[in-house]
Amino acid sequence: MVEGVLNSSFIDINLLNALYLIFVGFVGGLVSGFIGSGGAFILTPSMMSLGVPGLVAVASNMCHKFPKALVGAIKRAKFGQVDLKLGLIMGASAEAGVMFGAHIQEYIKKTWGNAGSSLYVSLAFVVILSIVGTYVLWDALKSKKQGVPSGEFEKPDNKIIRFIHSIRIPGTMVYFSSIGKEISVLLTIPLGFATGMLAATIAVGGFIGVPSMIYVLGVPALKSSATELVIAFVMGAGGSFKYAWSGFVDVRLSMLILLGSLFGVQLGAIGTTYVKDYMIKIVMGTIMLIVLVSRGLMIPVYLHQLNVWFHLTPEVIKWLKILSFAINFTALLTGCFIVLGALIKGIREERAYLKKEAFYMAEERKF
Amino acid sequence: MEKAMVKKRPLKKFLVFGILSVTLYYLLITHQELVKEFCSKGKWYAFFPIITAFIFSFVHGNFTDAFWSVLGIEPKKKRKEVK
Repeated sequence: MVEGVLNSSFIDINLLNALYLIFVGFVGGLVSGFIGSGGAFILTPSMMSLGVPGLVAVASNMCHKFPKALVGAIKRAKFGQVDLKLGLIMGASAEAGVMFGAHIQEYIKKTWGNAGSSLYVSLAFVVILSIVGTYVLWDALKSKKQGVPSGEFEKPDNKIIRFIHSIRIPGTMVYFSSIGKEISVLLTIPLGFATGMLAATIAVGGFIGVPSMIYVLGVPALKSSATELVIAFVMGAGGSFKYAWSGFVDVRLSMLILLGSLFGVQLGAIGTTYVKDYMIKIVMGTIMLIVLVSRGLMIPVYLHQLNVWFHLTPEVIKWLKILSFAINFTALLTGCFIVLGALIKGIREERAYLKKEAFYMAEERKF
Repeated sequence: MEKAMVKKRPLKKFLVFGILSVTLYYLLITHQELVKEFCSKGKWYAFFPIITAFIFSFVHGNFTDAFWSVLGIEPKKKRKEVK
């Protein structure tokens, strides 16, 4: 399974590959419904470990993601977690970022081929995941210590947020319900642009979108992850069309991933209603750091394929690929266990509560 | 007493969208070569993967939504007290 067809853009899909994609989709969806960032950081590398070139993996991923983001956003809007206004405003600047990022991707593919494209995607993963993953995990552990009751939205607070909230640019101030304050729309533009650019690079804009909403704008984590789904839909639709226009979207990959993913995303979204806010950050941070190692191991392989710097024996390449694949799989399972564990525990508590409530109601009626 | 609190499960939605979803995936798998060809053409053929994605999401999304409800897995009801 690890050996792929690196010289053609669209791989052959056999039963084993298809089942793997469905499973990967389920876990990706589960995690994405839970943390709101598409789960594509699981999906893109997983497709790449089947031999799909970086650019096709990103493009196909994006194409499965945007309609799914719409499904997720509608569901979470019903839970009262979506700030539609913020999502649409950031979505617009993210769209510009996607277009810019897609141009860079296509240029790299044209100049250095599939190995260059995969190297670029992997390098972006390693850099972003190491910075954001460490910070998110550190912050999650901090909020765990402080303790916030389940179902409540924790209000983030730091120096940057206070500074952003204090800036007033006349004519650009808009009230956002998720923040509970007016902030300047201009300040959201660089955040949206960076989110879009990252989405076009690794198919996960949420890595910038969600943390930037939390730590820069001051949106509670649950609402950030839900609002990110609106951004993902807006930019994903535009980005997918751009990639499809150049013939890089393999819709078979997209739909097989979607098959598992929609089961997962629904379950993940239900899961968010049972857990504490910091739990979302813990899941996000943990998976980010595991995927980082998996992608990092592949960098020497791509460098070798490009004939720069590294010269590896076929044996070493084989082992690096297997190891990278295995670690990626571990990330999938870890995400799956944490989210399902939290969900099962939450549902048990809820059922016990409802039983107790029904019992008291029956008792009351007796008297 | 408990039964009165349980919501009606969307069995009809589950069956209708389930059958539609299986049909769509069957068509996709059995026409792989054609799909591959359409996807790689680019230009105006870009509408093919985009529209496909929307149709699959709508049908399969409705199916999976009903799926979890039929299994009895629902979001937590909002209330002030936690335990």
